Amino acid sequence: MALEPPPEESAEAQDSLPLIEPGHTFASITDKISAIVLTSRTPPFWYIGFGLSFILVLVLLYCIAALVAIGVGLFGIMIPVAWGFAIVNFVWWIGIGHAGTLISAILLLLRQKWRQSINRFAEAMTLFAVACAGLFPLIHLGRPWFAYWLFPYPSTMGIQPQFRSPLVWDVFAVSTYFTVSLLFWFLGLIPDLATLRDRARGRVPRFIYGMLAMGWRGSAIHWYRYEMAYLLLAGLATPLVVSVHTVVSFDFAVALVPGWHSTIFPPYFVAGAIYSGFAMVLTIAIPLRKLYGLEDFITLRHLRNMGIVMLATGMVVAYGYLMETFFAWYSGDIFEKYMMMNRMFGSYGWMYWLLILFNILVPQALWIARVRTHDIALFLIALSVNIGMWLERYVIVVVSLSRDFMPSAWGRYSATLVDYGVFVGSIGLFLSLLFLFIRFLPMISIFEMRGLVHEEEVKSVE
Amino acid sequence: MEKTSIYGLIAEFDNAESLLAAAHRAFAEGFRKMDAYSPFPVEGLAEALGFHRTRVPHIVLTGGILGCLGGFFLQYWLAVIDYPINVGGRPLNSWPSFIPVTFELTILIAALSAFFGVLALNGLPMPYHPVFNVERFELASRNRFFLLIEAADPRFDSAGTRRFLENIGSHGVYEVEP
Repeated sequence: MALEPPPEESAEAQDSLPLIEPGHTFASITDKISAIVLTSRTPPFWYIGFGLSFILVLVLLYCIAALVAIGVGLFGIMIPVAWGFAIVNFVWWIGIGHAGTLISAILLLLRQKWRQSINRFAEAMTLFAVACAGLFPLIHLGRPWFAYWLFPYPSTMGIQPQFRSPLVWDVFAVSTYFTVSLLFWFLGLIPDLATLRDRARGRVPRFIYGMLAMGWRGSAIHWYRYEMAYLLLAGLATPLVVSVHTVVSFDFAVALVPGWHSTIFPPYFVAGAIYSGFAMVLTIAIPLRKLYGLEDFITLRHLRNMGIVMLATGMVVAYGYLMETFFAWYSGDIFEKYMMMNRMFGSYGWMYWLLILFNILVPQALWIARVRTHDIALFLIALSVNIGMWLERYVIVVVSLSRDFMPSAWGRYSATLVDYGVFVGSIGLFLSLLFLFIRFLPMISIFEMRGLVHEEEVKSVE
Repeated sequence: MEKTSIYGLIAEFDNAESLLAAAHRAFAEGFRKMDAYSPFPVEGLAEALGFHRTRVPHIVLTGGILGCLGGFFLQYWLAVIDYPINVGGRPLNSWPSFIPVTFELTILIAALSAFFGVLALNGLPMPYHPVFNVERFELASRNRFFLLIEAADPRFDSAGTRRFLENIGSHGVYEVEP
């Protein structure tokens, strides 16, 4: 990068866990990562994994078809709980989609070299998670074929979207986030697509990768502009990451419902998003590095660092829970106090305590150094956080709505089969896209790993 | 100087440092129409070729400003002129509520300018380029480093330039078919 080298180089060198196992050359990295894509033999676990995920995609398609044909009454939503699973899942997925761009952009600006072997698939994960997220408000509309009414365009109807509504902000925030993440991901892929073009032996892959690489040839002047553009995109994506979940939290915080109307929502949502995003990266990275033998590139150091980020953001989330409870008491507002009592001891109370268990108590194990470098322990904690974050959104969306101001308007929500179908279906869609990605595109940024090897070589000469 | 029918001469190096040194030598020798190729960005290489500035930041800044103004006035026009709605007596130009979308559109247009700007400046997509005719060049995306001197350079002559490239630590010099 065009920036000065970091001064505390020695702290980095003292770290006992390496960023990349020693003994790798430019050629060995290129061959190892591109071989995963260019091999003609697909490993059996890929077929099994993709097959199972695709079955869930079929469930999703079936449910969507039913929802479109019959209506959103198939969901468990009713008045007062009109948001239900669809919005819980939307917020959950969009939160997961925060780690990729955070790893790529913020860690790039902070010059954290450990981002380099995990950024590519974390970005892909972001794209797929945001795609899953976008699906939910769409099908929740009831008449998804009118979704384009949310965008301002010269229409003959003479009406326009209401820009004073956070729901319209959301449309812009999520679609901008998706577009920028896609550009960032694709820009990073171009040099690697050129590598695949040059290494592919068949005519068809050569043609496809060649077209996608757009004639990239690694010219020094191109690299110069490329790095500048990449840095600027990172700078642009950084405030964007923070803004997206902030805008999502406005959907709640701007409303008057007890449990939603709170100024703590934006920071607490952003921390939660990063928390769940890193949990999902770990959930995917740990099996992936085992199955594809990538322990040399995704080392224990990467896993440990992600564990530390999870612990830190998890503590911010815990602080958020604490403050929510404190506000409810300190405000003296009977509705707020009732909301909190209902959340903890009402009929959905068990969910709140499960959420505290999965999201706050289990991750405390990360204080222990040995847990942070133990892949199975990390995987289990990451899973626990994924579940915990989903429960958090359920508690916020459903429990708050089910008991608002007037007892006569109270109700009880329970999910239907279609709710569950769409939820597991979206997980299937996410995993299917991820399986396709690891089969057809390099899951680790090859050129950045070459740069890393070069830096290590220079360091060892010195 | 004889009329050459080749695009240029390309020399192969096996590490970034020798390519960088060679680029400095070639620039000092007076060659200007040249390019260097590496499998990862090498610091200082573009500068060694005499390339110091890029317009990418200006393009991104322009995109960002246009996105910001366009985003705000889009909302202003829609909410005040085209489709005014009185919401609880608030002013039609309720600008604080226009900030989130203005911000998102600033980022969106700036990011699109960065992406398409860098492609346009680099002249991509360009499916054909003479360097691809060199068989060894496919290693430029793996582990080899190349320095190209174009025949269009005024100081180019095929024998002399070849000798020069052979003597600056290269592993081989190849002709580039146009």
